[in-house]
Amino acid sequence: MTDTTIDQRTIRLQVNGRPVERTVPTRMTLGDFLRIELELTGTHFGCEHGVCGACTVLVDGMSMRSCLMLAVQAAGKSITTVEGLANGNALSPLQQAFWNNHGLQCGFCTPGMLTTLTEFLAHNDDPTETEIRDAISGNICRCTGYQSIVASTLEAARVIRDQKGAA
Amino acid sequence: MKPPYFIYHDPTTLDEATELYGRLDNAVLLAGGQSLMPMMNFRVANPDHVIDLNRIAPLSYIQCASDAVRFGAMTRQRELEFSADVRRVLPIVHEALMHVGHRQTRNRGTFGGSLCHLDPSAELLNMTVLHEGTLTAARSGGTREIAAQDWVDGIMTNALEPGEVLSAIALPLWPQGHGFAFEEFARRHGDFAIAAVSCLVTLDKAGAIARAAVCVSGLGPGPVRVTAAEQALIGEMPSHETFRAAAAESEKLEAMSDIYVSGDYRQHLARILTYRALERATKRGAERLAA
Amino acid sequence: MGAKWFGASVKRKEDPAFLTGKGRYVDDIKLPGMLYGYVLRSPHAHARFRTIDKSAALALPGVHAVYTFADMPESLQKQTIPLLVPSPAIKQVYMQHCLARDEACYVGEPIAIVVADSRYLAEDAAGLVDIDYEVLSAASDCADALKPGAPLVHTDATSNLAAFIPISVGDTDAAFAKAAHVFREQIFQHRGGPFFMECRGMIAAPDPAADSLTIYVSSQGPHRHKRVLLDLFDWADHQLRIVTPDVGGGFGPKGSFYAEYGALAACAMALRRPVKWIEDRHENFLSTQQERDQYWDMEIAVDKDAKILGVRGKLIHDAGAYIPWGVVLPWIAATTVPGPYVIPAYKLDVSVMFTNKVATSPVRGAGRPEAVVTMERLMDSVARQMKLDRAEVRRRNFITPEQMPYKVGIIFRDGRPVTYDSGDYPVCQEKALAAAGYDDFATRQEAARKQGRYIGLGFANAVEATGLGPYESATARVSTSGKITVYTGATPQGQSHKTTLAQIAADQFGCTPDDVTIVTADTAATALGVGSFAARTAVNAGSSVHLASIELSHKIKQFAAEMMEVAAEDVVLENGHAKVAGSDLTRSFKDIAARAVGMPGYSMAGGLTPGLEATSHFTPDQSTYSNGTHVAEVEVDIETGNVTILRYIVMHDCGTVINPMVVEGQVVGGVVHGVGNAFFERMVYDENAQPVSTHFGEYLLPTSTESPNVEILHMETPSPLNPLGVKGAGEGGTIPAIAALLSAVENALTPFGVIISEAPITPDRIVKLLGKAARGRTA
Repeated sequence: MTDTTIDQRTIRLQVNGRPVERTVPTRMTLGDFLRIELELTGTHFGCEHGVCGACTVLVDGMSMRSCLMLAVQAAGKSITTVEGLANGNALSPLQQAFWNNHGLQCGFCTPGMLTTLTEFLAHNDDPTETEIRDAISGNICRCTGYQSIVASTLEAARVIRDQKGAA
Repeated sequence: MKPPYFIYHDPTTLDEATELYGRLDNAVLLAGGQSLMPMMNFRVANPDHVIDLNRIAPLSYIQCASDAVRFGAMTRQRELEFSADVRRVLPIVHEALMHVGHRQTRNRGTFGGSLCHLDPSAELLNMTVLHEGTLTAARSGGTREIAAQDWVDGIMTNALEPGEVLSAIALPLWPQGHGFAFEEFARRHGDFAIAAVSCLVTLDKAGAIARAAVCVSGLGPGPVRVTAAEQALIGEMPSHETFRAAAAESEKLEAMSDIYVSGDYRQHLARILTYRALERATKRGAERLAA
Repeated sequence: MGAKWFGASVKRKEDPAFLTGKGRYVDDIKLPGMLYGYVLRSPHAHARFRTIDKSAALALPGVHAVYTFADMPESLQKQTIPLLVPSPAIKQVYMQHCLARDEACYVGEPIAIVVADSRYLAEDAAGLVDIDYEVLSAASDCADALKPGAPLVHTDATSNLAAFIPISVGDTDAAFAKAAHVFREQIFQHRGGPFFMECRGMIAAPDPAADSLTIYVSSQGPHRHKRVLLDLFDWADHQLRIVTPDVGGGFGPKGSFYAEYGALAACAMALRRPVKWIEDRHENFLSTQQERDQYWDMEIAVDKDAKILGVRGKLIHDAGAYIPWGVVLPWIAATTVPGPYVIPAYKLDVSVMFTNKVATSPVRGAGRPEAVVTMERLMDSVARQMKLDRAEVRRRNFITPEQMPYKVGIIFRDGRPVTYDSGDYPVCQEKALAAAGYDDFATRQEAARKQGRYIGLGFANAVEATGLGPYESATARVSTSGKITVYTGATPQGQSHKTTLAQIAADQFGCTPDDVTIVTADTAATALGVGSFAARTAVNAGSSVHLASIELSHKIKQFAAEMMEVAAEDVVLENGHAKVAGSDLTRSFKDIAARAVGMPGYSMAGGLTPGLEATSHFTPDQSTYSNGTHVAEVEVDIETGNVTILRYIVMHDCGTVINPMVVEGQVVGGVVHGVGNAFFERMVYDENAQPVSTHFGEYLLPTSTESPNVEILHMETPSPLNPLGVKGAGEGGTIPAIAALLSAVENALTPFGVIISEAPITPDRIVKLLGKAARGRTA
């Protein structure tokens, strides 16, 4: 069943704005690559079958489940994880809004929520509550009941619009 | 829940892919991964070879012609969702896509992948049968066309022969201004439907139904056109009685039972959703005709 | 003493790390030389086995061990996991060995641990281990398990009865004999699980130089795990340190000691290398403890004015294959039934049954939601059948504030008589219903019906035992750098303890919560500890932190007074300094701490004991009782059976509140757990006790689109039982929720005479109960 030689590839990609080159087993998932190879443990596995959304990262700006991608499939792509959302020491408006509004409790689903909502707000900076709930319907939270996440997102959208207005 | 060991291949042309797939034993095709990866993570799929189709750029396209839209099998669901062309000429496909999974799954999942995996209630599968689409299967040395009605061989079993790769899907267009409605019942937003009914209608100048297509999915291994209802609808004015009669036909379809949901309930939903789909489709058709 | 931080909605100290991906859960920890374990589990609900063929697995490169019962040290072979909560009600004790010896009693029971260089390789190897299972018949349903001739869950047991708990207060025979009306309800509540987002996990790291072990484990209380492991390994206190880092949700079942923990510890010691085991979600479905099935068969006796004379019945409770928590869970359920009502006579016979499924143990609400469903269904039944208003029936039966403290007459699981200490139940219901517009709901409902829409309003009252003992630990310390650290056995899994406890401490030290670091869940930091479950931390840890901080602040003042030559009463603590009001005199905490540790060779000044440190173990006399009323408004689509929640109101009283934002978060999260239990969550097994629901596509958790906005109203009746006046708030969102939602669905379907006697209630069941009426417009 298993071969003694490992099937591996050398891949080059961008992670949080930095170039990365590694040789990886081809069956290694993108999520494990981030967590184990790159020691970016902010991305979490909640189910490894593509339902809970905790492992969501941005691939070329689009939210995807890193448990359902192979690391080798990320070659040539630009990945953003939760560790790449802040601007240096400055939290993004979304991160700050989560902090202001108790948008997290145990914190485990939070990285997936943040990446998902980062993509969402980039395309819709004036969402309704219904649109926000639709946007995170693929991310399960067992702690907050989602209400504070919605409140956080509404505040973040307001800040983003203000920043655009001021710019 | 880690995938089993396999040898990975990432061809860049369809010819390479069909050559590999025709030659290698116990090989699977990896499209969007939203269905295959969970199966590998659970180790219910244990391939020796994984042929990744994601590097074959020419397999992803949306081509609009006057009579049909042709899609490359690797077209992402996201592309379908945001295509203005699709929204204009295949409006029911756009509506159905709103029920397909979630943003994260549509960003990666593909049209062809959904059709090949063949979950009985997959919305894109329903769309293909509804429109009487044609699927193109490619193998080393040639292609062949498979009619949508012949696509489903059994539960989660498609009509591809060994070594064949689904390369394209063509959906014939309905006349501009046609009525359409997609009704689905799922437990939660984005879940696989327990049952779904899609409906296309054209109305004549008097407002009577000139042509109708009603497609029920989720009851059996594949979507089923309720031909008895479709035929009975022709010439009828949209009314409570027309919808009710068509709904009663849908309820007669055979339905699977499992430990979660009874066949009775699926049949009941087929009835309810047929009524609602027809009601909305005919209303829409009338509005679009008037516009 | 004005409290500045107590009661403030302070932003959480935990958040910056979590928000930037710097949380540190067990799986984030990497140690040099670490190997990866995979637990091989029984695929059969009941089977014997004799031989485990490891050869093919061990032949794979990168595989280090296949560890079985036979490999475990003698002390683990001879003992099962100790039962920490014995009870005379238990008839047969069955606890697990850390790895099964020769009989597996549930799908998922740990048989072996495979250790390899990566999790991927360990799973490959596990697939090659060959075990000669002899499949035995399995008992799947707990009611069937009670019947004569049912398959035995354990082959050497005398029956499937794990325990029998007879609860009895007053004379139910007499009460029922003289009753004007007796109504019966039979209710089934389905198995479900906690489904925290972070699965369980543990790293066992042996110290190669010494005969000792450090464990990192995702838990709700490392001290309790340490106690079990010291027993199992016969180790001394210094040989084991257990740390619980960040935890991604617990909800009860992470508080249990699992067989894997002992097996992994032994395996790591044998390999002399750190071994990490992370439960994957598939394993989580099989082997993390769950709650329910429960079959309730109940009767209520009332007089002609709907005043309750008595409640009696039988509960059949599914324990699963083992009883890691003794009878705590069914006991809590049984003693919660009376709720906020005066019930002169109450009798419940609880049969706790073994089944060949994973064990049940407290999951958020811990049996109380089930009890509330039962009592509130009975109250709705009285109202319906006597044609009285549901709120009025309850009003006639409430325990009133004048009756506090109120002795219910039964013994709670903490060994103390159930005594409600405080709370105003009538006002709570009144305010909740007023906020919901209860009085004119009937009019709105009638108008909706005319439009072919079926809306319903349901509500439920609950009293909740919280803050149970025995204690929690807190050690407050000012280091010689002048910084304040408070160590506690409290073990957060999302409840914000690192913030709320810092708020309590900051009020005593005259600083901000950012100036106090709360260190939780390390057995090396506090000798004693209990952990966080059952809504106990605000009461126990909060009070301990409060008392330890008070004591330490006095000590700081005494040292400072001695240094400044003033009276201690004149010293005020402010931002890391001890000051004297109306003067320039000041000393920094840093200097005071240096003074307090003394100088080598010099005698300690002033007769004070050395060190700026104080420890407290607040010990509550008994539980303190929170209460709440939930009101739900729903719409039922009678054609599909789908339920939409239109509005959800919580009126709750958890005593004084440390951080209102945190409490609201707990309540909303708890309500959504209730939504899950009311409509979605069914852990399905087949008739051979084989789990069928083993992934999130089939076991449904509420997502954002199924969850309502929750409107929260507060009452604060301070608890007289602890210095802060707090009560627990972690479970109050869940406890009345299921009952309120079921009541709302039933109310919507009143025109059809549908009674809801099950949880969850699903659309297909609603359609079935509606019969032909479900055809709706298609009829």
